[in-house]
Amino acid sequence: MIFKKFNIENKKARDLIPQVITVLALLSVIIYFATNAQINMGNRGISFGFGFLNQEASFDITFSMIEYDGSRSYGRAFLVGLLNTILVSAIGIFFATIAGVIVGVSRLSDNYLIAKVAEWYVEIFRNIPLILQIFFWYFAALRALPLPENGISFNDISFLTIKGWYVPKFIWTNFNIFILSVIAAFIAIYFVNSYATKQREQFGKQLPTTTISLSTLILIPLITFLFFGVSLNFEYPVLKQLSPTVYTYEGGVSIIPELIALALALSMYTATFIAENVRAGILGVSKGQKEAAASIGLNKNQILKLVVMPQALRIIIPPTTNQYLNLTKNSSLAAAIAYPDIVLVFAGTALMQTGRAIEIISITMLTYLTLSILISIFMNWYNKKMAIKEK
Amino acid sequence: MKLIAKPSKENIKTYVPTGLFLVFLSFFDVFANAFFNFNLMAFLPSQLSYFLPLLLGFVGFYLIRIEFSGVHSLDILNKNINSNNFNAFLTLLTVFIIIKSIPPLLNWFVLEANFVGDSKDDCTGKGACWVFIKVWFNRFMYGLYPDGEQWRINTAFLILFAVVGISFFVKQKIKKYFILFLIFVYPFLGIELISGGNFGLKYVETAAWGGLSLTFIISAFAILFCFPIGVFLALGRRSSLPAIRYISIGFIELWRGVPLITVLFMSAVMFPMFLPDGTFIDKLIRVLIAITLFEAAYMAEVVRGGLQALPKGQYEAARSLGMGYWKMNLLIILPQALKLVIPGIANTLLALVKDTPLIFVVGLMELAGMIGLAKTNPKWLGMAMEGYVFAGLVFWIICYAMSRYSQNLEKKLSTER
Repeated sequence: MIFKKFNIENKKARDLIPQVITVLALLSVIIYFATNAQINMGNRGISFGFGFLNQEASFDITFSMIEYDGSRSYGRAFLVGLLNTILVSAIGIFFATIAGVIVGVSRLSDNYLIAKVAEWYVEIFRNIPLILQIFFWYFAALRALPLPENGISFNDISFLTIKGWYVPKFIWTNFNIFILSVIAAFIAIYFVNSYATKQREQFGKQLPTTTISLSTLILIPLITFLFFGVSLNFEYPVLKQLSPTVYTYEGGVSIIPELIALALALSMYTATFIAENVRAGILGVSKGQKEAAASIGLNKNQILKLVVMPQALRIIIPPTTNQYLNLTKNSSLAAAIAYPDIVLVFAGTALMQTGRAIEIISITMLTYLTLSILISIFMNWYNKKMAIKEK
Repeated sequence: MKLIAKPSKENIKTYVPTGLFLVFLSFFDVFANAFFNFNLMAFLPSQLSYFLPLLLGFVGFYLIRIEFSGVHSLDILNKNINSNNFNAFLTLLTVFIIIKSIPPLLNWFVLEANFVGDSKDDCTGKGACWVFIKVWFNRFMYGLYPDGEQWRINTAFLILFAVVGISFFVKQKIKKYFILFLIFVYPFLGIELISGGNFGLKYVETAAWGGLSLTFIISAFAILFCFPIGVFLALGRRSSLPAIRYISIGFIELWRGVPLITVLFMSAVMFPMFLPDGTFIDKLIRVLIAITLFEAAYMAEVVRGGLQALPKGQYEAARSLGMGYWKMNLLIILPQALKLVIPGIANTLLALVKDTPLIFVVGLMELAGMIGLAKTNPKWLGMAMEGYVFAGLVFWIICYAMSRYSQNLEKKLSTER
């Protein structure tokens, strides 16, 4: 009997009905949107497709890590924006981690003043919207810097001015040999470490791995300098007069103020969250662990390195991953101060020029999704490495 | 033989006064230097006079570091700021930086700042030009809302504060009617009052809304809608029905993986493409939908955390009482789960308030946006610092109050076991 099968008392049928309704509702919404989009695009005479990525972009980008000019394609412009986003996120993550760890540890300092200062740092910077902080640094603080002709000089090799920060440029010869040597050093360190672990686990011998690793990392690249013709020269920025009143710096690398403001705000803001994670992580290691470690004769450094940190990291890593993801997503606020990241270049200028809203917004969102997933995968791997290994 | 004996209880009578004097001298030197530009140690070579306070303070702190001195206040002092050389050094550095940074800040904020006047020319001092804030204050609060109609926004917020205020003092029994009023009646009332168009009120289009009041309007509506949606998504993600579970997961992860700014871009340029030709949805409503869906995804994850933390026994107990799915969740599971995640909910709401300035990307201007507008006014160029400091202060007060309130709520609702 077919009717009995769809009786409401039947568990399977009861489960099926809401699912079918939801899926149908979702599908109908999607179909409705898709038909509308098709009609709208037809009215405007554009068809869905990604061919525009090969067209000439014909707009300039103020800051680019790869070669780019107006004659390149939209695809190339997308790549420039993506690299700029990755650059500012990487800088932000680096400094936010350092500042976050310092502030987090300071909050637990037995020095009352230091702990209070760290606490207020967290309370102040966490409770002000990030976009305001970016505006503050960009429109207020960095605009107060001097003009190029009286820029703040650091030993005459680097200059901080209203137009940006001019730093020396590295000029390498045989750069690839140097990079290969660094990779070789890391491989060597990996083997040394696994050998040391084996020694420790089998014979209880402690090898000075930190010293060995550090010296390998310095020695191997140094050898390439001495014997393989690698050399490093610096090109210093030099002040140059363009017209009676206009000065600029030539040579070196110019770090644009947009990047400085963004990196500063992102790292100071995210550092407060990382600091709270670090604090929670260290507090989460029970006192008994430290006492037990001390009672079997480990010294203070060993306790920190072998007992406290491995356990604290386990608590710190998952929420910190979230903060790294947030930082990467927050880097999109770059658009507000015209730092040419993917949102400004691609979802801004390129969209205005081509009018291909659906394609461009989808690509942008997919890019961020991919970045998020990549960071999650990496941090999950790291987390697994750090997790309790039960034998 | 040591030159000076280690500070101990024997020499406490000579060491402590000397040490305190040295510490005082070092602080006083920095203080005089910072506040009165008077260099106490000017007779010394400049390099030495620069580091002398640090040296003096360091020696002074070393001398008073006597363990178990028997003097209570000295022990407390040593324990808190002077437990070892490194700590003493950090203490000195912190105190010096604080002393050094007070005069410039004080000058900029108060002493050399300008409060009177009504144009940029009245700002003659070197400090902040608070005249800018004073002149633009109305715009910062109400945006481009017509001056004569601003009482409507005030009334709307006054009613809100009054209702919330009264509901704190009335009995539990009547309290729920207040809450129902706030959720189901007040939004319409408030929007009617602010938007106008009926009852003889002049219609004010949403493009004119702005300033801090817009921040509150957007936050309030987004909070109102994102909370139930978030709860539904969280239940959906934990549902045993695969279709509903996967749709919820997809929805949540999609919104969580992208930045809000792209979502707003989407609502501004991509969403109109999905609607029938000629339909127009107000910009503010589109933004509200975007922010609501975005924050709902975060809310869902927070609520899911609470759901997962509940022991299985709670579900089984509810089932064994014969409760259905909805009854079980509404009466047993959610009240407990939500209580567990109050800090998370508060953080999400805080993030929502902090995200509202982003609506500038679609051309709506709340506080930060209005400041951007005001500082580009030709008559008021160069006022960025004042504007953003003011906005930062306003947002800081709001967010700090919210986080404090949530901490109190957490304490109040925590059930001791």
